[in-house]
Amino acid sequence: MSYHAPYPQPTGEPAIIDNAFVEHVRRDMLAFAQLQLRDAALAEDAVQDALTAALTGGQEFAGRSALKTWVFGILRHKIVDLIRQQSRTTPISAFGDDEDSLDQAFDSLFKENAHWQPAHRPAAWGDPEASLRDKHFWAVFDACLTHLPKNTARVFMMREFLELDTGEVCTAAGISTSNCHVILHRARSALRGCLEKSWFLAGERPC
Amino acid sequence: MLSCKDATRRMSEAEDRELALSERLELGMHLALCKGCRNYQQHLHVLREACREYREELTGGEEKGKSGAPAPSSGR
Repeated sequence: MSYHAPYPQPTGEPAIIDNAFVEHVRRDMLAFAQLQLRDAALAEDAVQDALTAALTGGQEFAGRSALKTWVFGILRHKIVDLIRQQSRTTPISAFGDDEDSLDQAFDSLFKENAHWQPAHRPAAWGDPEASLRDKHFWAVFDACLTHLPKNTARVFMMREFLELDTGEVCTAAGISTSNCHVILHRARSALRGCLEKSWFLAGERPC
Repeated sequence: MLSCKDATRRMSEAEDRELALSERLELGMHLALCKGCRNYQQHLHVLREACREYREELTGGEEKGKSGAPAPSSGR
């Protein structure tokens, strides 16, 4: 099985896929795997395996884009496999100290009757499209993702970054559907709170 | 009537499973009356869009530079 390149490539590695490009893809892969796995050694292994499989598989690629898409496809499978293996020996728990403190922070937004505290009622975020074009926003977003506790992050990232459906996420994590929903809601609430505090309201406070 | 806390949970679940008609109606009625929860819903949409752009920026091929999202590994 091989990709049909639009032009015959010279034998060996096509010139467009040089060491600098592989190094660049490797960096992006490591960032992606580290966000998912929260374990530098595991992330390194997953990236190495995926790159080796991609570059020694005898595949031909029509270009850089095709290569990158291919290796990230392999990396996704490696990451899910690793999470699945780990969740067999160390089940992902929906409840731990880090998770408790996120839940407490979330609960504190509400009054006893479970409606918003007036001071914490969500306000409209002004011009989010402009934020998504601002490089400073992405630094904040990256920091907010990195601050999620490990188990919460793994479940959330499987859903939003590996694009698994909820059933696949729960199965890989070895948890019930209802725990899955609890964790995803917790992750979204934490990220929402983090973006609000560190970005959307950060410039609006009087000094 | 849903509480705001239940409404946030239901808005999150709506991204992960199909809500039953009765659940959608209940949520719709709550949102019609509650500005805070409508804003929360906006925030979830922004979050989802940010995740999508971030993911595409990291994993995409030649789409790079299309959105404002920088690869997080660069510049560190």
